[in-house]
Amino acid sequence: MFDVISIASRNLLRYRRRTTLTLLLIVIGMVAVLLFIAVAGSFKSMMIGQITDALIGHVQVHRKSYVASIDSLPLNLNMRPNILAQLDDKLKANPAIAAWSPRIKFGGMFSNFAETTSIRINGIDPEREAATVPLLPGRITEGSKDGPLVGRGQILIPQLLARGFKSKLGDTVVVVATNRDGSVNGKTFVVHGIMDGVTGPGGRDGYIHIDDARELLRMNEAEVSEIAIRLKDFSRLDKVSSQLRTGLESLTNKEGKPMLEVHDWKQLSPFANIANMIDLMTLFIKIMLISIVLVSVMNVMIMAVFERIREIGTIAAIGTPPSRILSLFLAEGLMLGIAGTVVGIVMSLAGIYGINLWQPTFNFGQQQGLVMAPTIAAGDVLTIAAMVVVVAVIASLQPAWKASRMDPISALRHV
Amino acid sequence: MSLVQATNLNKTYRVGDIDVPAIKGIDFVIEASSFVAFVGPSGSGKTTLLNMVGCLDHPSSGMLKVLDTDIATLDRRAAARFRGEHIGFVFQDFNLIPVLTVFENVEYPLRMVQKWPEEKRRAQVLRMLDAVGMADQADKRPDQISGGQKQRVAVARALVSQPKLVLADEPTANLDHDTAYRILELMKKMRDDFKTTFVFSTHDPKIMGEAETTFTLEDGRLTNNNSSGGSHV
Repeated sequence: MFDVISIASRNLLRYRRRTTLTLLLIVIGMVAVLLFIAVAGSFKSMMIGQITDALIGHVQVHRKSYVASIDSLPLNLNMRPNILAQLDDKLKANPAIAAWSPRIKFGGMFSNFAETTSIRINGIDPEREAATVPLLPGRITEGSKDGPLVGRGQILIPQLLARGFKSKLGDTVVVVATNRDGSVNGKTFVVHGIMDGVTGPGGRDGYIHIDDARELLRMNEAEVSEIAIRLKDFSRLDKVSSQLRTGLESLTNKEGKPMLEVHDWKQLSPFANIANMIDLMTLFIKIMLISIVLVSVMNVMIMAVFERIREIGTIAAIGTPPSRILSLFLAEGLMLGIAGTVVGIVMSLAGIYGINLWQPTFNFGQQQGLVMAPTIAAGDVLTIAAMVVVVAVIASLQPAWKASRMDPISALRHV
Repeated sequence: MSLVQATNLNKTYRVGDIDVPAIKGIDFVIEASSFVAFVGPSGSGKTTLLNMVGCLDHPSSGMLKVLDTDIATLDRRAAARFRGEHIGFVFQDFNLIPVLTVFENVEYPLRMVQKWPEEKRRAQVLRMLDAVGMADQADKRPDQISGGQKQRVAVARALVSQPKLVLADEPTANLDHDTAYRILELMKKMRDDFKTTFVFSTHDPKIMGEAETTFTLEDGRLTNNNSSGGSHV
């Protein structure tokens, strides 16, 4: 094998300019792909981070059918205390879960005594909510980010609403809501903070203390609309979600059917589609890389075979087995792939390092100046490297096969 | 002992719809350790004959035995193995591999065909380079040596794996007369030293006389045989 590699490397160096150009194409392709994966991956992670850590949480548990009618925020599909106690036990027993937070969600009317508009209210336990969605305090644009997110009698209102109603910190407002039985109740709150919307200026989510929510809705029991869950390791999302689904199947209603349903963030946020689009774009970039490597290596190998027909005839005549001739040309493709991969990886890592030093910023929704910090997983690097090497060998196959099948007499006659 | 034996050997090429006979029913025997020339004008069938003896081509009919092996029975792989083990080649254009040094060119059959161990390989290559007077040029590349030197290297490459038979197709055609004679002398000396059978083709009347046995080919037929190491049956 070493003999084959040694001769193959000499042959590659025979046409330095052509080899260099081919390598350059492979390197450019690799750098483009790895940088794209790193930057797009960074953007995607940051975006997902904002969605999950400032709003949704990693996973949510609801009563069956709640998510299907989530637009109307139904109060008749809340989870009751007996189920919540069992759910609590299950979540406590799961070592993959870092924190969870109960929420009561309902639609109401917001009034500053002069004007009235609709609002989506999230009744939260401030400490547990901060542990479950730790970026939530960061969304407070006006008001204190320290201390409890919201206390009894306080409300965090969305920026758009504050701007439209000219509401300021310390203002007294009223929230009116209809409870499950259809009776209407109102409660005054003091504006404790103004928040931006994660996804843009259209957010209409306000936050109050969960006990205030229960009081406003005149709940006799400590009901909950949803449980938001934060995992210790986000990369295990699918596995833990699946475990939770299986684990919660035992909590059944009178008919013996599961009472609860588990959704991860991808099933709850439309931004999962953007994440999927980034993955799709990455796939297309990978296909482009494969095409570049395939065409450039195949081109150089076809030329190599064409220019060395007499030489192939000579080595075939003196008894070189066809398999060895095949391996000689495959080795050239392999070495092109390996060399391009090594240089491509080095340059890509240098590029990623450079971007991290440069620290460019971008905006996502209302979040300004998010610092781009591209990273790339070793698995991605290895996958791309393996892909390039394999494609380079595949691209050499046809020319190598042709060389190994060449008739020595015709090859020796070739001018 | 006969090394090559041809009986009613024919080779016909198909060109379009026409059959073109290149070798027409010839018989000959080449003895071991002989120094044989196939002579004749261009197109007489010399190269076709050498190609068949060298297991590069199959006869259309008749029988051709090389080292008691009927070459018609060899498929591509078996023919390559047979050539690698038993036959050396010297080409008109030298056909050295340009990216390899003189040493590596001679080493090639041992390294890529027969896979000798490195130490043994090195000793054998140096021995052959010494025998052809090219030991001092071992590190040069083919483009750094003259035509005569290239052919010496080619002879060393043909002999390095100690084949029973060396075939040389017009080995002196690209050399001046002095160099051509020196190459033939070298080949003869190698025959004497290593007991290898040399069979070469030429159309140069001055070179023909160097062979101990001469088969004259005309239009695919053997017309004459001056024999001491072979015979026209």
